[in-house]
Amino acid sequence: MFCEKAIELIRELQRASDGQLPAFNEDGIRQVLEEMKALYEQNQTDVNEAKSEGRSDLIPTIKFRHCCLLRNQRCIAAYLYDRLLRIRSLRWEYGSVLPTSIRFHMCAEELEWFNQYKKSLATYMRSLGGDEGLDITQDMQPPKSLYIEVRCLKDYGEFEIDDGTTILLKKNSQHFLPRWKCEQLIRQGVLEHVMS
Amino acid sequence: MTTQSYLPVPPGVGMEENFLSLDDILLSQEKLPTRTECVFPRLGFVEKTSDTRDIPEGTKMEMPLWLAKGLYDNKRRLVSVEQPKIYRQGWRTVFSADPNVVDLHKMGPYYYGLGSQLLHFDSPENPEIAQTVLQTYIGRFRRIMDSSQNAYNEDTSALVERLDVLERSLFRTGQAGLNDFQRWEKGQASQITASNLVQNYRKRKFPDLEA
Repeated sequence: MFCEKAIELIRELQRASDGQLPAFNEDGIRQVLEEMKALYEQNQTDVNEAKSEGRSDLIPTIKFRHCCLLRNQRCIAAYLYDRLLRIRSLRWEYGSVLPTSIRFHMCAEELEWFNQYKKSLATYMRSLGGDEGLDITQDMQPPKSLYIEVRCLKDYGEFEIDDGTTILLKKNSQHFLPRWKCEQLIRQGVLEHVMS
Repeated sequence: MTTQSYLPVPPGVGMEENFLSLDDILLSQEKLPTRTECVFPRLGFVEKTSDTRDIPEGTKMEMPLWLAKGLYDNKRRLVSVEQPKIYRQGWRTVFSADPNVVDLHKMGPYYYGLGSQLLHFDSPENPEIAQTVLQTYIGRFRRIMDSSQNAYNEDTSALVERLDVLERSLFRTGQAGLNDFQRWEKGQASQITASNLVQNYRKRKFPDLEA
C-alpha cells in the first residue's frame, strides 16, 4: 500500500508526545516526495491514455493514486507544521539561544524560521510598554515577591546582577536574588527556586 | 499552574477531521473492511494476495479510512464499506448492556473516532451506531472523571488500560487538573520550576548523537 513512509513520519512525532523535537527526517521526506513524483507521473500517463483512447475504466485507478497523493501531502504538511510548533515552544522554554544538541535536530530552513520568529517576538516585545519594551517571556506565573531564594544545581560560573556585583554560581550554593534575573536560569534547570 | 508552550493541533470534533492534526492522521490510518465495486486496472500489486495486474471487481480488502473516504461516493461506484464488527448489532447490544466492562483499547484504540467517521458512509444502521457510540461514552464518563480526579501520585496504568484514545486524553487532562490543584493547595503554585521540556531533553541526552 502507498503512503507507508508518510505515516511513519507522523508516528515518529507522535512518539515524542511531550513536545520534544526529534531529528529532522530528511531521508523520510525525500522518500515521500519520490513516491509522490512516481504517483503523479503514472497518473499523467493514465489520464492521457484515458483521454486519447477513451479508456474511462482507468478513472478509478487515477482516483486511487490521487487519494494517495493527497494523503502524502497531508502527512508532510502536518509533519513540518508540528515541528514548527515544537520549535516555537523552544523559544519560550529555553530562551533565544538553543543548545547545539537541539540545533542539530533542525534542518537549515527550520533554523532560519527560528531566527525569524525570535526577531518577530523581539520586535513585538520592544513595541510594548513605552520606550523600554516589555519582556513577556518573564513572569509566566504571577510573581509573589521581588526577590527569591535560589539554590544552584550545577556550576554555572559568574553572574552579574543589576547593581554591578558579581555572584559565583557554584553547585549547591544558595542566594537571595532578584526574581527577574533568575527566572530564565530556573527554567533552564541551572537554579532551583527554594520555597521557605 | 504548569505553562504549556507546545500546543499541537487537536483532533476534530465529531465527524470532522483537522487536516494538520497528528491524532486525526493516525485515526484515519485505521483499517475498514471494504469491497471494490469496479475494476482498478494496473493496481494489482497493492492487493498483495492477488497475482493479477488489476484489482478485480468484488475484491474484499482492508482499506485505511483515508482511502475509503476518498474513493467513496453515495452511489458506491468504486467501493462499498462494511462496518467493523464492534459497530454492528451483536456488539452494540453488549455495549448497551454494560459499557463499563468493555476493553475499548483492545477494540479500538480509536473507538469513538472511528465510530464517528463511519457515519460518512451511508448505511441504514448509522443512527443506531451513532446512538451506541454516544451512550457508551455517557456510560463510561463518570468512572473516568472519578478515577482521574482521585488517583494522586499513584500508578494509574490499571485505570487507563481499557480506555480508548479519547478517554485517555480526558484522563490525562483530569490528572493535570488534579496535580495543579494539589500544587496550589501546598502553596507551590508560585514556585518557578524548570521547564518540562528542558528536563526531558536532559534525561534523554540525545542518544542518537552519541552513537
